[in-house]
Amino acid sequence: MSALKKILFSSIGKKYIMAISGFGLIGFLVTHVAGNLTLLSGNPDHINAYAAGLKTTLGPLFYPAEFALVGLFLLHIFLAIYINVVEKKAARPDRYRKPQKGKGGPSKFGIAGSNMIITGGLLGFFVVLHVWQIRLSSEFGSKYTTMLNGKEVADIYRYCVELFASPLTTAFYVGVMVFLGIHLRHGFWSAIQSLGAMKPEWSKAIYGLGLVIAIVLATAFLILPIYMHFDLASKLFAGSH
Amino acid sequence: MANKNFKLEVWRQDGPNAQGNFESFDIEINEHASFLEMLDHLNEQIMNEGGRPIEFDSDCREGICGSCGCVVNGAAHGPERETAVCQLHMRTFQNGETITIEPFRAKAFPIVRDLVVDREAFDRIQEKGGYVSVNTGPKPDANSIKIGKERSDEAFDAATCIGCGACVAACPNASASLFVGARLKHFGLMPQGAPERGRRTLRMVHQMDDEGFGPCSNIGECEAACPKGISISAIAHMKRDFLFANLGFHK
Repeated sequence: MSALKKILFSSIGKKYIMAISGFGLIGFLVTHVAGNLTLLSGNPDHINAYAAGLKTTLGPLFYPAEFALVGLFLLHIFLAIYINVVEKKAARPDRYRKPQKGKGGPSKFGIAGSNMIITGGLLGFFVVLHVWQIRLSSEFGSKYTTMLNGKEVADIYRYCVELFASPLTTAFYVGVMVFLGIHLRHGFWSAIQSLGAMKPEWSKAIYGLGLVIAIVLATAFLILPIYMHFDLASKLFAGSH
Repeated sequence: MANKNFKLEVWRQDGPNAQGNFESFDIEINEHASFLEMLDHLNEQIMNEGGRPIEFDSDCREGICGSCGCVVNGAAHGPERETAVCQLHMRTFQNGETITIEPFRAKAFPIVRDLVVDREAFDRIQEKGGYVSVNTGPKPDANSIKIGKERSDEAFDAATCIGCGACVAACPNASASLFVGARLKHFGLMPQGAPERGRRTLRMVHQMDDEGFGPCSNIGECEAACPKGISISAIAHMKRDFLFANLGFHK
């Protein structure tokens, strides 16, 4: 127990937790976007069945799993704030008067690397808003329900249609997903480095893989608001439903 | 051999607790002068006018001792890569350019005066590293311990660290991870340093935290600022060894 405490309270240990929770969140994003992509079919039953299926498949584990996910988010966010605000300030209380300039080369000093707390903060704000708009309203508001195979389920499809009818909301969602991409661009590589799983010869490949993951995930998420806003499903699948 | 004119903004601070501020100077100097020769020249100019010279650290002036170091135009050791500030030359700068000179800033590196900072925190980390087991007796035969070429090169690359502190100065979090990582990799990869590998890692990492250095930012600016170009793979090595040492894989 004391060894664990020693690991977790060291500067290196906190970064282990940042890395592991970051990987957990990437895993969540992959399953989330896979579920979202059922919206592409334009058939409300697909996403609604997926959402209802989550509850029935996980059964009694559904709420514990949701709480664990919230815990993962909170862990990642609180540690990030602690490291970036408290520890960073403590380590250099007297700042440089002339802004620091990156030397290039091997350095990842730049938009993605230097602004993790800003892109992350925006994502955190978005997650709260997003959970409020879609998850909590379907749990407690139950304004929109529909019948699926003779059972009453939340009509997630209709929420999405109404949400993305607004060009402002659509633009906001798309913008936030660009920030997600920027966050992951540095985050994936950084997590592997934090765990010490980096070899010099892999570094470039892993940094490249981070870019691929960032682009694939951000694109997969951001096409949906655009798709819904312009009702591309009815154009692509005209007459099939 | 042309002369160049520069406007300098130099950080002046009388003592550790004094309020510091920038002081402006104009200087004309041969473009092939080194950065520290330029400061020497400036100090003569200041002393001729009866002022207090600018204090800065230097010793070998050939980039191997690790004594010198300041932040020039927002970059530790100046804009050039893989040089200490003593290896920086005035030809790097444009005629008429304004050059800002600040000390390394970190809580663990308190300012002594002007550009001089106290880097004893590095010594204390190093002391925590302790000893390396060496069998006594007659001098062993050369090559009696076989070490692979790649491994010996990796350890040597880490061993080139001169302990100047530029990694701390360049890190947005003022982390000493590159310095500590380089020391740990240097000894950890060698069979002579293997018996104490775990203990050394735990003690040096805890001392690094106790000295008030920040957490590693994973930005890698330290590698770019390092006069020896030590790779942040040394930091990955430290993180891996710290985990293994805590789990009891290394003694």
